[in-house]
Amino acid sequence: MSGGQPATTTTAPRVAAKPRSVMRLVLRHGQLIAGLLMFLVVLGVAATVDSLAPRPFDEMDIPNRLMEPGPGRLLGTDHYGRDVLSRVLYGSRIALRVGLIVVTIETLLGVTLGLLAGYYGGWVDKVISFVTDMTWALPPIVLALAIVTALGPSLDNVIIAIALVSWAGYARLIRSKTQSLKNVPFVEAARALGESDLSIMFRYILPNTFSLIIVLATLSLPAAILSTTALSFLGLGSQPPAPDWGVILSEGLTFVGSAPWISVFPGLAIVWTALGFNLMGEGLRDILDPRMKA
Amino acid sequence: MFAYAVRRLGLGLLVVLAVTIVLFGVMQLMPGDPIRLIADPSRIPAHKIEQLREQWGLNRPPHVQYLYWLGNLLRGDFGHSIVSGQRVSVLIMARLPYTLMLALTSLFLHYLIAVPLGLLAAVRANSRLDRCIVLVTTALRTVPAFWLGIILMMTFGVRLGWLPISGFFGLSSIVLPVATLTLPSLGGTVRLTRSEVLETIREPYVLTAYAKGLRERAVTLRHVLRNALIPVTVMFFLSLPWVVGGSVIIENVFAWPGMGRLLWNSITNQDLPVVQGIIVIIAVLTVISNTLGDILSGLLDPRIRIELEEVRA
Repeated sequence: MSGGQPATTTTAPRVAAKPRSVMRLVLRHGQLIAGLLMFLVVLGVAATVDSLAPRPFDEMDIPNRLMEPGPGRLLGTDHYGRDVLSRVLYGSRIALRVGLIVVTIETLLGVTLGLLAGYYGGWVDKVISFVTDMTWALPPIVLALAIVTALGPSLDNVIIAIALVSWAGYARLIRSKTQSLKNVPFVEAARALGESDLSIMFRYILPNTFSLIIVLATLSLPAAILSTTALSFLGLGSQPPAPDWGVILSEGLTFVGSAPWISVFPGLAIVWTALGFNLMGEGLRDILDPRMKA
Repeated sequence: MFAYAVRRLGLGLLVVLAVTIVLFGVMQLMPGDPIRLIADPSRIPAHKIEQLREQWGLNRPPHVQYLYWLGNLLRGDFGHSIVSGQRVSVLIMARLPYTLMLALTSLFLHYLIAVPLGLLAAVRANSRLDRCIVLVTTALRTVPAFWLGIILMMTFGVRLGWLPISGFFGLSSIVLPVATLTLPSLGGTVRLTRSEVLETIREPYVLTAYAKGLRERAVTLRHVLRNALIPVTVMFFLSLPWVVGGSVIIENVFAWPGMGRLLWNSITNQDLPVVQGIIVIIAVLTVISNTLGDILSGLLDPRIRIELEEVRA
């Protein structure tokens, strides 16, 4: 809700914190540490998966199909005898890659549009705000479905679709932040020195929104992973045999009665990853921007 | 206030119009000749194809085609399904009640659970209970709904056999889909209620209420909660479209015969008229509930009303 409030308080000048108090701050935020550790686990898995996974993710083994979790096949096998553990581990690569691309696109779009709208005001603001409102007005998954319908089902198209529907939140927050920053003395000083609009926007205002952008990006990464796996689950994103967590889940749905392990573990992987990013994002928010704290 | 409501509604209509333009644009950009959806050019002679083009208005310029389409939409004519040949409006109307049943039940349950939890967390702020409530509901937010659905289905449908796994067979069928739709979304409302209550507690009139000698309970329920609930009430309307969006996925997990499942089927069959019809309907629903939410916030809170009137002036 903080974005909707009129920004009456000007941002206090950033006081450089002493290293010791930063340390104490981090220690007090168990949330941030827990999130960071969870994220590092996913990152570590994604980086070393080729040596970590017991088998290739697409190696079929029909005689050993639908095997229960046990020694040798720690998380069991699916209906083609593929190793569920290996598939889930390989899935971390897709999830991180997709999350990163989506967040990069939506940050670039949202931040640029938010800066332009907040800085110029007037008709630029009106047009951008209308497009933002329109994007905001529709449930993102529905809008994404429409885009995927037009582009055809594939992971790349899902990435485009999700990025195109989820930048509006950034634009709104950056816009209001820019509005409150553009009359702050150091920006006026820059203007008096004859800096161009672009330079003021990107060299003076943008750096002051970095903490906000970092928090937004960390918090929207899990959302991006959740929506893309949802679309893959619906069969509109990654296509089998890709070890996308959403694909594994939807394949497992058929065997929900006989082989529940196929769908349990990819879901746990999603929860682990998303929870890690959420804890990290909220921990960062508490440190970087205490006023955003609920 | 009235002028504000009219303006909001106008803006909402503009959004719906923009959505139809985007949808039409998307259809035009699709690869392939739309005539293929009606007839196969390799089997039917060219002059017949031309006749069909004429008949369906496909030889007109795009903006004319758009206006025709829009005119039909306004008359409630969404065209015919390419797959079944049925009227799109009939198809949607048969499914819409199921989706609304799911979404509304879930939304009511959501508030029934989330508001008391948020209040409890705020009243006992920073206690162990508070942290517990916030942590659990936050963790639930990261649970993918389609996975939760499968887990619930496994536990209560397959293992315990208490509830139907999928489809719609009377009231017991709604339990699992509603639980799946409700649980992950609790976090947002719990936090909103909590922070609003915490903010309201600091207001001078709450201090006055205490000073009058009112009991804790009376202050919390009559003075704090009443005011803190304004944004929460508004969120109710703002979140309706999100719930409808969420049900698209849930309906597919549970084979629920609603609009979301129809949408997914139509997308996989490339049945464009149905896809367009559903998205237009969802856009209209969204705009209506957003506008209601905005107007309601002005009605409930005179402070917002004054702010809005100042903005207009």
